[in-house]
Amino acid sequence: MKRYDALKEIVKILKNELVISNLGFPSRELYQLKDRDENFYMLGSMGLASSIALGLAVSQPNRKVFSIDGDGSILMNLGTLSTIAHINPENLTIIVIDNESYGSTGNQKTHTSSRTDLALIAKGAGFESIVVISNQDAIKKKLKNQGTGCHFVLIKTNPGNANVGIIPLEAEKIKERFMLSLERGS
Amino acid sequence: MNIDLKLYESIRDSGINLFLTLPDNMIQGLLKIIDEKKEINQISITREEEGIGIAVGAYLGGLNPALLIQNSGLGNSINAIKSLVQLYKIPILLIMSHRGMEKEKIAAQVPMGQVTLKLLDCINLKTFIISTAEMIENIKKAVEYSQDSNDSVAILLECSLWGEN
Repeated sequence: MKRYDALKEIVKILKNELVISNLGFPSRELYQLKDRDENFYMLGSMGLASSIALGLAVSQPNRKVFSIDGDGSILMNLGTLSTIAHINPENLTIIVIDNESYGSTGNQKTHTSSRTDLALIAKGAGFESIVVISNQDAIKKKLKNQGTGCHFVLIKTNPGNANVGIIPLEAEKIKERFMLSLERGS
Repeated sequence: MNIDLKLYESIRDSGINLFLTLPDNMIQGLLKIIDEKKEINQISITREEEGIGIAVGAYLGGLNPALLIQNSGLGNSINAIKSLVQLYKIPILLIMSHRGMEKEKIAAQVPMGQVTLKLLDCINLKTFIISTAEMIENIKKAVEYSQDSNDSVAILLECSLWGEN
């Protein structure tokens, strides 16, 4: 399973969830698989996907929020796992697609390819609900059966990107349509 | 006059409804008021750049967030200010104590303190300097400007604001 395969399963369960998606190939692949106004594609500021998702979850307590983060990016901002667990919003799922590499820059290895275990880090940060998935068939079921709570979902995949183009949307457009979708409600 | 209370009321009355905070000696009185009043939600953050991310998410969801940080944290936030906040045109408020200036006792604060205004200018972050009690009124103007223009702004609190303390 590669990241693209994992994203294929994730988009199957999307209804009105708000999604913050990590920059680079994760966002490009998500755009290709299922573009929707409720997707906020990051274009820069690597490391901040789950922090943005936390702010969103706090400000939209009646909507489910997904962060689609990666191993390289969450390793840049591990402190935010502690902040998220501390605030513990009931509507937030942090999904880390861990392909043990910096996928958007040439698949250089990250430390999760050797000794670092992000699920244990999430446990230490204070998450109570932690799921580790390495089988593609389990993704849809696990995400669907999740109740309210603050969840950490680690999906272990192989490295590699799909052959997808860049996102033909400007940053302001991504913001505007995302915020308009919130005004429309669900 | 209680400067910290005046600061707090000015920020509150300008419509800020979420604080992202890290401690600092200069703003400890303000942080204490935020803790005690419990009128405005607060998230304590682990690093300033993280706070920028949380503020952006909160803004997308309809809140008016402000960071309360030291100017030292500007250094680790610059990429997020450029490639997230300014790229997407998101108005958030960065309230910073300006450490490293006159009467600074910690030598390590000085190098960053000396370049803070230059850095803010260099990254085109419009800055409101508050160095006297009268200037606290400018916070409201700063927030209005920010929200009208979708441009984030910095508010720099100078130690002269607290007089001899």
